[in-house]
Amino acid sequence: MQNAEGAAPGGPAGFFILHFSCFLPPCPRVTASNHQWRKAKNVFMQTLTFVCAVLVILPLLLVFYHLLSQGAGAINWAFFTQLPKPVGEIGGGMANSIAGTFILISLASLLGVPFGVLGGIFLSEYSHHRLNWWIRFTADVVNGVPSITWGMVVYALIVLPMKGFSTLAGGVVLGLMMIPIIMRTTEEVLQLVPNGYREAALALGIAQWRTIVQIVVRTAMKGIVTGVLLALARVAGETAPLLFTAFGNAYWTHHLTEPIAALPLQIFNYAISPYDDWHRQAWAGALVLILLVSAINIVVRVLTRDRFSVRSI
Amino acid sequence: MDNHFDIGLEELRQKLLLMASRAETAVNDSVQALMQRNHDLANKVRADDDIIDQFEIEIDEMAIQLLTKAPLATNLRLVTVAMKVSQNLERIGDEATKIAKRARDLSQEPPIKLVLDLPRLARMALSMVKDSLDAFVQRDSAAARAVIPRDKEVDELNREMHAALAQHMMENREAIGRCLHWIVAAKSLERIADHAKNIAEEVVYLCEAQDIRHTQHAAPN
Amino acid sequence: MTTAAVENKTEKAALAVRGLSIFFGANAVLKNVTIDIGARAVTAIIGPSGCGKSTFLRAINRMHELNPDARMEGRILLFGDDIYSPAVEPVVVRRRVGMVFQKSNPFPTMTIAENVTVGLRLNGVRDKKVLLERTEESLRMAALWDEVKDRLHAPAISLSGGQQQRLCIARALAVQPEVLLMDEPASALDPLATQKIEDLIIELKKDYTIVIVTHNMQQAARSSDFTAFFYLGELVEYGPTTKIFTKPAQKRTEDYVTGRFG
Repeated sequence: MQNAEGAAPGGPAGFFILHFSCFLPPCPRVTASNHQWRKAKNVFMQTLTFVCAVLVILPLLLVFYHLLSQGAGAINWAFFTQLPKPVGEIGGGMANSIAGTFILISLASLLGVPFGVLGGIFLSEYSHHRLNWWIRFTADVVNGVPSITWGMVVYALIVLPMKGFSTLAGGVVLGLMMIPIIMRTTEEVLQLVPNGYREAALALGIAQWRTIVQIVVRTAMKGIVTGVLLALARVAGETAPLLFTAFGNAYWTHHLTEPIAALPLQIFNYAISPYDDWHRQAWAGALVLILLVSAINIVVRVLTRDRFSVRSI
Repeated sequence: MDNHFDIGLEELRQKLLLMASRAETAVNDSVQALMQRNHDLANKVRADDDIIDQFEIEIDEMAIQLLTKAPLATNLRLVTVAMKVSQNLERIGDEATKIAKRARDLSQEPPIKLVLDLPRLARMALSMVKDSLDAFVQRDSAAARAVIPRDKEVDELNREMHAALAQHMMENREAIGRCLHWIVAAKSLERIADHAKNIAEEVVYLCEAQDIRHTQHAAPN
Repeated sequence: MTTAAVENKTEKAALAVRGLSIFFGANAVLKNVTIDIGARAVTAIIGPSGCGKSTFLRAINRMHELNPDARMEGRILLFGDDIYSPAVEPVVVRRRVGMVFQKSNPFPTMTIAENVTVGLRLNGVRDKKVLLERTEESLRMAALWDEVKDRLHAPAISLSGGQQQRLCIARALAVQPEVLLMDEPASALDPLATQKIEDLIIELKKDYTIVIVTHNMQQAARSSDFTAFFYLGELVEYGPTTKIFTKPAQKRTEDYVTGRFG
């Protein structure tokens, strides 16, 4: 039910309009003209909030429009199947970058998902453990660390000893970034599982760890998967950490110890280059990237429609 | 602060006490009409019996209503005891009416020559009624128990009167009709004493939660 | 010190509680409770909020230990076995003592049949024949078989509130406990479902020892054989239900039962 006084339009215009309407004299009795006046105020506020909502979505629509208009032209079969051509030549594609992004997020998952989910389970189910507070605190702090810092850390820990950029390093850095995200979302989703289920399982004589795995986690499974997918979507677009670790590759990568191309890296390199053809391909790459992230989000929405389990927020 | 249920219980008690005082008055008046050959008083007693009957109906209705609220322990016993006591009081009223009828009949004929100590029998019965009702009001279990053995004395006195009247009847044929009235009146008083004993037993149940009906001894365990 | 041991003349005590005290931190929630709970009978625990009745119930299957600040003194013997002895795992106790909760909680990711057998499956029972038999047996005992026999593979949460609670009872019975604890099992249900649960309890007591916590005295009067009245963590009075509700010995019991407080 819309309450005209409760609507909150944004911006300075909204501020003055809200103020103005508050100082309108209140009518002591409900008369026909009073009713008209209220209706008019209601319609005015509704229109205002609608306009503000549109203003919020507009940048996103502009982004899509730009990407589509600039990049759609460069999307063709070659884009998805060919390697980048050498400098100066027209044509080529981002096949290795697309593949690289998928490889990197797969590697990242191998590291991020087990540690993240198990960490989340620890935070939620063993909340009385002495270390619990410290681990949660550390995870929250680490969640706020800038991604470029992560890149530098993994550079020092892996790239330098290995004396080279590598897929492994790229996967590790993305995985490390995923861990605190997945930990926290897993913990929150597990906390949403009502305690009654835990008690019911324990009262049946089921051991605690089995209760956690086969009752609690199973109930929250959709939510955990959602958290993992959202973390994946997040790290798929990271550029800065990959600068120091995966580094990029003009060719196919054949070994974990070799550098690897990734979409964000390639977009970055092409965008700052002086070549028009590369600029077009950069737009195309950005479009593909945003379509990938959107696809992950749509899958998340579809999954959370399932009525069986706890939904994540 | 009393809740509504307690208020309902209190109303039940008050109604029961009102009924009790009416029953006591009826017995008093009927005996007085008998001894003083008062025709009008006898008619009054008979007319007022309807009120006592009405009380019994109302008390039973109130009790059923209270039972739907599922009282427990003392409250439950109070409700069931109230129903039983009201029944006994109604019967006391009926016996008083019987006495009043005999009083009216006797007042229209000359008195018999036998000296009867009916007032004493009446006093004993009346005091049993009064004491058992006082025990109810005071919730005094010991006082109630004290009423019960007095029933035997009343029975004994009634037997004596019966014998005396029977003797008188045999010797004075023309007094048979009047003697029969006296016998019935005495019997009514004996029944009133029985009902008073019943009330006393119910009071013991209310206070001690012990059912001592149909037992020989009235002393506490 | 309150001692209220009542000799159950027909069978030996299912649960012998001696000097049970439970502390949550510095707070004494149960004080020196001594009671004998009879086998194959229904014992009701009544008392005002906060009197410790739920804590007492949970002490019997060691569920109060889920609270890390919990500390207990005293002993509880289950058919002669000390359930708090250091050699005994809580898990083992909870297989002998089942529990049904106030709010029915069938596992939402499982079907009706899976819910019934979860206690068996997650404790290692794999034999399909045994599981099938136990499913039907438990659902019959819980008076639910006829209503669900055609849809055993429907999700458990598709049942109504009363049916879900009976499913939880079937689930608890499937592991064949000796004692069944019920914490206000019908308080979230409508009167018809409540009556079904009460009838079920009276049926079940032929085979199980049942302890039920209830704040509804009429329910205790209708379905239990013995009643224990707790107040402020102490056991005030314990005896046959009829006696407690018609002529209680303690004044505090009388006051509670007639509604003068609580």
